[in-house]
Amino acid sequence: MIVLAVAAFAAAVWLQMTRDRWYPREDAEREQILYVRSGAALQRMTLSFDALASDIYWIRAIQNYGGDRLSGPKAQTKYQLLFPLLDLTTTLDPYFNIAYRFGAIFLSEAYPGGPGRPDQSIALLQKAITVMPQKWQYYHDVGFVYYWRMRDYQTAATWFQRAATQPNAPNWLAPLAASMLVQSNDRARARFLWQQIAKSEEPWLRGNAERALLQLQALDEIDQLEAVIHRFPPAAGERYSWNDLMRRRILIREPTDPVGTAYVIDPVTGGVRVSEQSLLFPMPEEPRRLAQ
Amino acid sequence: MRAIRVVAVNVFRESVRDRVPYNLVVFAVLLIASSYLIGQLTAGQDVKIIKDLGLAATSIFGLFIAIFIGIGLVSKEVERRSIYGLLSKPVSRAQFIAGKYAGLVLTLAVNVSVMAMAFYVILAYMVWTEPPTIRAGWDAPGMDPALLKAVFLIFIELMLVTAVALFFSTFSTPILSAVMTFGLYVAGHFNADLKNFEKVVSSKAAAQLARAAYHVLPDLSAFDVKTQVVHGLPVAPGYLVTTAAYGLMYVAALLLVSTFIFSRRDFK
Repeated sequence: MIVLAVAAFAAAVWLQMTRDRWYPREDAEREQILYVRSGAALQRMTLSFDALASDIYWIRAIQNYGGDRLSGPKAQTKYQLLFPLLDLTTTLDPYFNIAYRFGAIFLSEAYPGGPGRPDQSIALLQKAITVMPQKWQYYHDVGFVYYWRMRDYQTAATWFQRAATQPNAPNWLAPLAASMLVQSNDRARARFLWQQIAKSEEPWLRGNAERALLQLQALDEIDQLEAVIHRFPPAAGERYSWNDLMRRRILIREPTDPVGTAYVIDPVTGGVRVSEQSLLFPMPEEPRRLAQ
Repeated sequence: MRAIRVVAVNVFRESVRDRVPYNLVVFAVLLIASSYLIGQLTAGQDVKIIKDLGLAATSIFGLFIAIFIGIGLVSKEVERRSIYGLLSKPVSRAQFIAGKYAGLVLTLAVNVSVMAMAFYVILAYMVWTEPPTIRAGWDAPGMDPALLKAVFLIFIELMLVTAVALFFSTFSTPILSAVMTFGLYVAGHFNADLKNFEKVVSSKAAAQLARAAYHVLPDLSAFDVKTQVVHGLPVAPGYLVTTAAYGLMYVAALLLVSTFIFSRRDFK
């Protein structure tokens, strides 16, 4: 009997695999659906299991984000569910700290790395502040979104100041806010802020910060390379190229970015940029160059 | 007292014979499997999710036991006609109800205790395998004793649901009892909405009716402190005591009404 049951089950699995091979289903292309969009309604429907439901929506949010990030350029559907999923997660469990911070970083990330919606990041963080008004991290994150994504340094400074007045806030927040009011847009401040985020215990937050720090390093390297290129321009009628610079022994090899992909040089202007094949692409909007 | 104990022990033995403890195996497998899978899926939130899952599973498994065994406690004896033999012995109807209830509560207590132990073993494993830098980012310690506050209130809630199931079992069929118990469980979780009904209706009578329903229906949402303990938020001892006392008083009321109904039933 048991043998027959095992045989029948094995046959069912084999038939399923055969059918999938003959009639492949376009699972990846299936439209992304969110059946319930009201957090309040979900909260009631889940009775006392709202925390567990929030975990399910959290898993969906990160799977959705990861899937969209890896998928091709589908501009219409990409990242459309990220905010609603994070909103539902944090309505079902209002103390879900990581969901707020994940949203703060990735909702504001520019396309194609994220939906490029700093407004949604800020909305999610303000929701966090209403639940946990004494957590300095949320004020800091709002300030960071204003600083890094929106380039609104005045508002960013105000939020850093508010963060500094919260309990257990680190002592670097107040001087940061003050200095931002005087001179805001430079890479040193951006690097300092990302270094603070890189100290997070969350691996994905650390990973994102480490990538941003490498992008800042690449921006510094590009500055240095462009300075050299313009000091040693090509002969009249020649175009800018790495080969030309190496032939003249100005460079000993083709320069690569911090993750090892060769930089691209513009043959007409001599401008240097990160390759589209690089893990650092797309680069952030240029903060003002250091030490001008 | 001896009669109650004899009936209770028999209920407990019967639940073991009915393979109720098997759910503990399912619970353990569920937690062990998910502790591995969730680590791959959740971007560092595995301990929070295991805590949510462990507490929710404790509640759901207990709920199924409370409802599906509770509804048959009296009606099964009547259906099998074993009630005649039982009542011919020196056991009063009140003792019979109290014994049946105590037996199922004992089953639940053993279940919840074993589930809590399995839960802590899984959490201990996670604490042991995670480096201190990751642990520092957790809202609450991995093996936070405060989780027992949630387990305690889940147990009191299950005692209340058992009393509801037993109450329906004294005068109704098992299927109808299951439907009504589950209905009351759902209504009990919406109960807090009835409290402030006057804010959404203009009729004073409707508002008063809703307020009365708020007091009559069991206030089950009050027993849910899972989110607070998982995030390491404080749950006042006074809250625990008053909520537990409320639950026990409600159980007492239900058992008294059940005894009253059962004592008036004619089995001729």
